[in-house]
Amino acid sequence: MSDQQLLLLAVFLPFAGAIGMLLCGRWPNLRESITLLTAAAVCSIVFTLYNHLSDGAQIAVNIAEPLPGLVIGFDVEPLGMLFALVASVLWLITSIYSIGYMREHHEQNQTRFYAMFAIAIGCTLGVAFAGNLLSLFLWYEILTIATYPLVAHAGTDEARRGARTYIGILLGTSIGLQLLAILITYTVTGTLDFREGGILAGKLDPAWAGLLFALFIFGIGKAAVMPFHRWLPAAMVAPTPVSALLHAVAVVKAGVFTVLKVTIYIFGTDFITRSGASDWLIWFAGGTILLASIIAMTQDNLKLRLAYSTISQLSYIVLGALLATHTSLLGGALHISMHAFAKITLFFAAGAILVAANKSNISEMGGLGRAMPITFTAFLVASLSIIGLPPFGGMWSKWYLGMGAVETGQFLLLTVLLVSSLLNIVYLLPVPVRGFFGQSSDGKTYTQIKEAPVSCLFAMMLTSLACLLLFFYPDPFYALAFDAAGGS
Amino acid sequence: MIDIIISHYNYWVVIMLMMAGFYTVISRGNLIKKITGINIFQTSVFLMYISIGYVSEGTPPIIAEGFTKYSNPLPHVMILTAIVVGVSTTALGLALVVRIKEAYGTIEEDEIHDQDMSL
Amino acid sequence: MIEQNFSLLLVVIPLIAAPVVAMLPNGRLPWLLVLVVTWLCLALASWQLSVVSDGDIISYELGGWAPPWGIEYRIDAMNAFVALMVSGIAAITVPYALRSVEKEIPRQQISLFYSAFLLCLVGLLGVAQTGDVFNLFVFLEISSLSSYILIAMGRERRALTAAYQYLVMGTIGATFLLIGIGLLYAETGTLNMLDLHQRLEPIIDHRTVHTGFAFIIVGIALKLALFPLHLWVPNAYKYAPSAISVFLAATATKVAVYIMLRMVFTVFSSDFVRTTPTHLIFLMLGIFGVVFASIIAIFQTDAKRLLAYSSVAQVSYMVLGMGLASALGVTATLIHMFNHALMKGALFMAIGAMVYRVGISRLEELNGLGRQMPWTFAAFFIAGLSLIGVPGTAGFISKWYLVLAALEQQSWFIALVIILGSLLSVVYLWKVVEVLWFYPATESGLSVKEAPVSLLVPMWALIFANIYFGINTELTVNVADTAVKLLGIPPYHE
Repeated sequence: MSDQQLLLLAVFLPFAGAIGMLLCGRWPNLRESITLLTAAAVCSIVFTLYNHLSDGAQIAVNIAEPLPGLVIGFDVEPLGMLFALVASVLWLITSIYSIGYMREHHEQNQTRFYAMFAIAIGCTLGVAFAGNLLSLFLWYEILTIATYPLVAHAGTDEARRGARTYIGILLGTSIGLQLLAILITYTVTGTLDFREGGILAGKLDPAWAGLLFALFIFGIGKAAVMPFHRWLPAAMVAPTPVSALLHAVAVVKAGVFTVLKVTIYIFGTDFITRSGASDWLIWFAGGTILLASIIAMTQDNLKLRLAYSTISQLSYIVLGALLATHTSLLGGALHISMHAFAKITLFFAAGAILVAANKSNISEMGGLGRAMPITFTAFLVASLSIIGLPPFGGMWSKWYLGMGAVETGQFLLLTVLLVSSLLNIVYLLPVPVRGFFGQSSDGKTYTQIKEAPVSCLFAMMLTSLACLLLFFYPDPFYALAFDAAGGS
Repeated sequence: MIDIIISHYNYWVVIMLMMAGFYTVISRGNLIKKITGINIFQTSVFLMYISIGYVSEGTPPIIAEGFTKYSNPLPHVMILTAIVVGVSTTALGLALVVRIKEAYGTIEEDEIHDQDMSL
Repeated sequence: MIEQNFSLLLVVIPLIAAPVVAMLPNGRLPWLLVLVVTWLCLALASWQLSVVSDGDIISYELGGWAPPWGIEYRIDAMNAFVALMVSGIAAITVPYALRSVEKEIPRQQISLFYSAFLLCLVGLLGVAQTGDVFNLFVFLEISSLSSYILIAMGRERRALTAAYQYLVMGTIGATFLLIGIGLLYAETGTLNMLDLHQRLEPIIDHRTVHTGFAFIIVGIALKLALFPLHLWVPNAYKYAPSAISVFLAATATKVAVYIMLRMVFTVFSSDFVRTTPTHLIFLMLGIFGVVFASIIAIFQTDAKRLLAYSSVAQVSYMVLGMGLASALGVTATLIHMFNHALMKGALFMAIGAMVYRVGISRLEELNGLGRQMPWTFAAFFIAGLSLIGVPGTAGFISKWYLVLAALEQQSWFIALVIILGSLLSVVYLWKVVEVLWFYPATESGLSVKEAPVSLLVPMWALIFANIYFGINTELTVNVADTAVKLLGIPPYHE
């Protein structure tokens, strides 16, 4: 099978899987097997593509030309490969988790859930492998639409309102700001291709570069830069596997991935540094990092706390893009993978706690760790990775981001990063600490509560192990991130 | 100057009829009166066409011995067509009014409006 | 040679079929004949388009009288495009109408209904084919008169008042058009469009010509439902039978846009538009229309009325494209004309399917129907995405061209207005989506089943068309480009 066919298969197989799931809705075991098989197949295809890419292959394919001169197509490059690897591996693991979670929680409409999940992953891979800005925008928008039913899954009033905020902010920013930015880019340069060194240098008056860059950064609402961040906490009404994969990995990473792509391949790092396009945007990113961390500290609901933590972590990556040096871009791209594995573990744990103990507020989780040791250990491991301590993978990305801040002389930003890491400790560590050493809020000991379902535990252990392993073996992510950052 | 204004009297009539008809449509609440207003409006347009079709010292456009200067027949043709359109519109409008009377019991616009709003 | 006859047959065949249908016994037979006729028209129109799409012109002299004395049917790319659109929508609506009409029209009126439908089709196709302004007026009135009849056949008694209001406003519009044509005839002595263009050039600054132009624009604007002359649209679309809402919403105003394009750019010229305040008027009315109509749509409590106001906003986009008066702008107008017919047709079909099951289109009555009728809801959703302009759908292509045309001229404000319109359409469409999906169903709603297949198939055919023309735009973009070149509109240069 040729590389191009593999590429097309990688993106469209999840859609085929979704159809299969819809057809087999009445036989849950068959449906679940289809999910797992599709996820495993996609994972192996993506790995094959990675191998071919690292051997030097150029893999690209076009599927349509809707507008004269603009194609819809795919093109594999290091950053996209990194994102695709993260997404496909975590889809497989989340599918394992979901089976346990959905069944234990007796969720309704499971078929719809699995099918829309698959479609969302298909769109994510479309974003990862997009060959030009138009294709990326297409998959980005379809991703928003495809995830709407997942966010609104519960069908309650609260779900409806949350989903409304979700779609309102995401479509509002993408049509109002991002589409405008894309059209302006096309009008100025006549193309929307991704090219090393960017396409805007020499075509756009540097004075306007800042405005255009801002349109992109704020228009890419999935990156949750304040003030367009409210959709993330609103989307927490979704079932936990949705929050885990989509809002810790796929949707939000699609956002920051787009930011990185635009920075590296549309603007080009040289153009950004020369025109000072990102000078004032850096403050929005830095502000988001701090503010989101502070808000996270005030949240009692575990999922909301994790949501604000995600907003803060995303702005790390955005900051890496805005600083636009090799090191900072390396840190940002690497953080995509490190944060993904860590955050998904945290959400897995939150879901496990909800399913096994029916608790969602941190104040009620004292002493729970003794009843659910594996869950809380996973939580601890992932928290340490997010905080950025060795021997966990998160340390590498924070290191490079910090170095990037030093390189550009932005010492205030370095302080922001350090303060934020401290805040990470404050809002993350109390959960496992109190879980293991604290007392329950009503003074009783937990004898009835058992650990989470087996598949949930298995998934959690895999991802927390990954957090540890990624410290020692950061490849392939490091190599891909290096290529992506160095290529600019 | 005055004789230019007087010699164009047919255009003045056109304007007056046009305004009268248009005003009737807008201001009268009775549905049949509205249709009548449209008719007057359209009649003024017919007059205008025929006026512009007149060739000075021309005869009606029927070929006859000894006459060389004829009025332009094309506007006449257009007006016949437009009259037909106008008649069809009037007929349709009046048919609608009959049906409205059956359904509402009245043909006054404000009473119909009240009936609709009160539902 | 035979091609020219085909172009005339496009108008003559439905014309002859109309009285035949009226005489058929009520039942399925009228529908069958109408189906055959409309599909035949579609075939003829497609063939016609394939002949002219690279710039050729078909010219047919009625009765053998050479223009400018006789009436000429002159088909270029734009005519054929509109003819294809009208016959395509008609061909899709008739299968849809089978069950829908049986439910909404009393049995003894069915053959008369279909007869009127064919007459409407005759009128619209005649407008699309003709090259003579008076002939245009006559066919316009034929289509208008038959649409008044069709709207009046709606179930509620308010359909009668809606039809009456449309009649009054439409006739005034047509009469204004007649006045304008008369004034132009007085100045030039010809009724043939191309001939008018040549003869108007030397006298284009005469006050009479300007007055004629103004009358024509206002008259067409009434037919087009250009803000603020749109008052007949909401009631007419709401109270008409569902199949007629589909047909009229997708064709009537678009054909009026075509008439506007013809009169403004062929009879007059794009220079005239740019040197007189015409382009400013178009721009201003377009902007107001987009913003106000979208905002009014948000506050509607009836699904069909909401879509009607949405149509007014979409037509204002087309007028905006005309106001930009550049090649890219008018290309955008033409593409949006075609795409909007697809979008609105599908949307009205979806709502019509729900009305078929529940009887009312008020939003409260439609609560929760999305869950009972998933295929219909999915169709509504995708058509809605097309209206918003999500990439991958036809609507995105139109929006792309519109904003590009605005940016080309550095009109930031207009670009922002177009994008604002998209955002507002997200709001009012999502309102309906939420009602259909989230709200708990009413008691009567719980027993509702999915729409019958004969309603679903045409609906989904339009949905596929939406997606197809969003990805493969060869047909729409090429034809629009050719049409714009033939209209003689130059690309924008400073």
